[in-house]
Amino acid sequence: MTKKQKRMLYRIIAAALVYVAVVVSLEAFQLVDIQAVKLIIYLVPYVIIGWDIAYEAISNILKGQVFDENFLMFIASVGAFVIGEYMEAVAVILFYQVGELFQDYAVNKSRQSISELMDICPEYANIEKDGKLTQVDPEDVEVGTVIVVKAGERVPLDGVVVEGDSMVDTSSLTGESVPRHVGSGDEIISGCVNGSGVLYVKTTKVFDDSTVAKILELVENASSRKAKVENFITRFARYYTPFVVCAAVVLAVIPPIFLGGWFNWLKRACIFLVISCPCALVISVPLSFFGGIGAASKNGILVKGSNFLEVISKLETIVFDKTGTLTKGEFAIQQIITSKGVEVAEGASTFNIITEAKLLELAAHAECFSDHPVAQSVKNAFAKQGGITDTERVTDCEEISGHGIKVKIDGETVLAGNEKLLAREGVKFTACDKLGTIVYMAKEGCYLGCIVIADSVKPEAPEAIKLLKQSGVKETVMLTGDIDSVGKSVAAELGIDTVYTELLPGDKVTKVEELLEDIKKRNSGGMLAFVGDGINDAPVLSRADVGIAMGSMGSDAAIEAADIVLMDDDVTKIAKVVKIARKTLAIVKQNIVFALAVKLFIMLLGAIGVANMWEAVFADVGVSVIAILNAMRVLRTK
Amino acid sequence: MKKKFKMENLDCANCAAKMEDGIRKLDGVIDVNMNFMTQKLTIEAEDDKFEDVVNKANEICKKIHHDTRIIME
Repeated sequence: MTKKQKRMLYRIIAAALVYVAVVVSLEAFQLVDIQAVKLIIYLVPYVIIGWDIAYEAISNILKGQVFDENFLMFIASVGAFVIGEYMEAVAVILFYQVGELFQDYAVNKSRQSISELMDICPEYANIEKDGKLTQVDPEDVEVGTVIVVKAGERVPLDGVVVEGDSMVDTSSLTGESVPRHVGSGDEIISGCVNGSGVLYVKTTKVFDDSTVAKILELVENASSRKAKVENFITRFARYYTPFVVCAAVVLAVIPPIFLGGWFNWLKRACIFLVISCPCALVISVPLSFFGGIGAASKNGILVKGSNFLEVISKLETIVFDKTGTLTKGEFAIQQIITSKGVEVAEGASTFNIITEAKLLELAAHAECFSDHPVAQSVKNAFAKQGGITDTERVTDCEEISGHGIKVKIDGETVLAGNEKLLAREGVKFTACDKLGTIVYMAKEGCYLGCIVIADSVKPEAPEAIKLLKQSGVKETVMLTGDIDSVGKSVAAELGIDTVYTELLPGDKVTKVEELLEDIKKRNSGGMLAFVGDGINDAPVLSRADVGIAMGSMGSDAAIEAADIVLMDDDVTKIAKVVKIARKTLAIVKQNIVFALAVKLFIMLLGAIGVANMWEAVFADVGVSVIAILNAMRVLRTK
Repeated sequence: MKKKFKMENLDCANCAAKMEDGIRKLDGVIDVNMNFMTQKLTIEAEDDKFEDVVNKANEICKKIHHDTRIIME
């Protein structure tokens, strides 16, 4: 409870006690009989509890803001005094203040519990100065400084471990409770909690650029990107309020002309207005989304906007980029097959017969300038063998997209690539029937052999697809540049409905656009999500209704372009965020329906005179509190 | 110039919406976003009018709810 809330609580208690004393002495014991004196006595608790309402009502009128809740409550209570219902006048104000306090408390508590989820902000950093550890503000630490992270402390800035060995807890960032090992030379990100070993970390980024600061900012800003429903409610409130005010004026003026009883109708009009306050809607809807984003963060899913939460709750089609998303993206050499007995050109000499080791050496040199994952695995395997790449031998390197590499090694033309490359260069070869990515090698037009590289499916991927289907996603699609046989076999292994193979990087965007067209034709209101990680995925991520990127293995471009980031690359989390989103939207709808239904009902009762101030205050404040508590349920999504 | 401010005593979501609208109408304001949940106000306005806009914004907030204030640094 804040100080302001505590003060209000004391006022309420004081006023309540006085009120009870007054009621007992005046009504039960009839101690005083003169109306005027009774009025003054009742004014005591009234003033204790209601002075600020009266003050705000009057000062707001002077500022030009007439119709607000303070004014209404003030009129209603004054009116009650005028017609002699002193007891009711005070009771109503008391009740109203209790309700408002409760609402305030609920909002604050929800804000707190959501920000507690995000309480990953490190408060200080330790720097060793003259042999002593001093605590400094993380914002003051420059890049390249060596900071010390003691056991149990939160890592304050991104950096590289220069000394020390420990296990770190990344759960506040990824939701993963299994600790990760870090040692000298490993990168470490801010926000993790250090285990039991002291770590010396050389910072690579300033605080504002470090992971934890960026995440906090993203989550904070996420609730500023409003969902369609939120915008709708705001616009609704804007039209609704003047409409209700007019209705109230009508209610206050028209019936008395025919039926008389001016004050009675005025009172009903006030009751009408109090009930109609849209506070319940305007508070609970953003709060639900805020809670949804918080719940997602707790699970290591970064949702960059409330609107994305809304979109993904309507997920119908999900499109995966294969490499790095459903598969580990770590290509490992499975086999090296050298050509033996291949029909070769006339007059070919023996140099096309080659050992496996030599083939690998040639491949590593051919790929030495390439960043393609296939190239990486070739180079890694060569290095593991103890080979050293001599880039001096490599000249005239030409990387042909979708085909491979054409290069000169020791002056001889070497090809390293797929079937299309060899076909293009007119090299005869035997197609390799092994499953996987095949790197065919040729030198001076003669086929040398091939290297079979395969990527392994992420162990959690089949489960992820299953969960997505269970959560109601209708179509699962996979896009890959792999050859048909490989693509189809991976799709079958994962349980994917549709797979498009042999796609060039540019084809992916076209394919996704085709799928989006299909969905529009179906007019089901379903949304399409694209999941990817590579630099060439950025355009597709922006094109999809919602783009999901891998957080730790993904490229910065993909993370920038994405709308939802999976901090630990765990694809099963996608099903989880769909679940959180659906629950959030469900709660939002429940709140809207509940609030409007109760209000409308009590408004009707108020108009015909059955409901009085008590019901009115409940319809406003009570409904609000219930809506807020309901909104908090989203935090408990497992 | 775009700057973020923390708000004090922003308790009513309705009031927040009214304040945001009022600030948006001020001369020199390019964009304004009031986040009721985090109690943060972001104002983007022309550089030379910025200080004036912020002061006027504070007035608007106080007018709508006497307690609410922008925390100026």
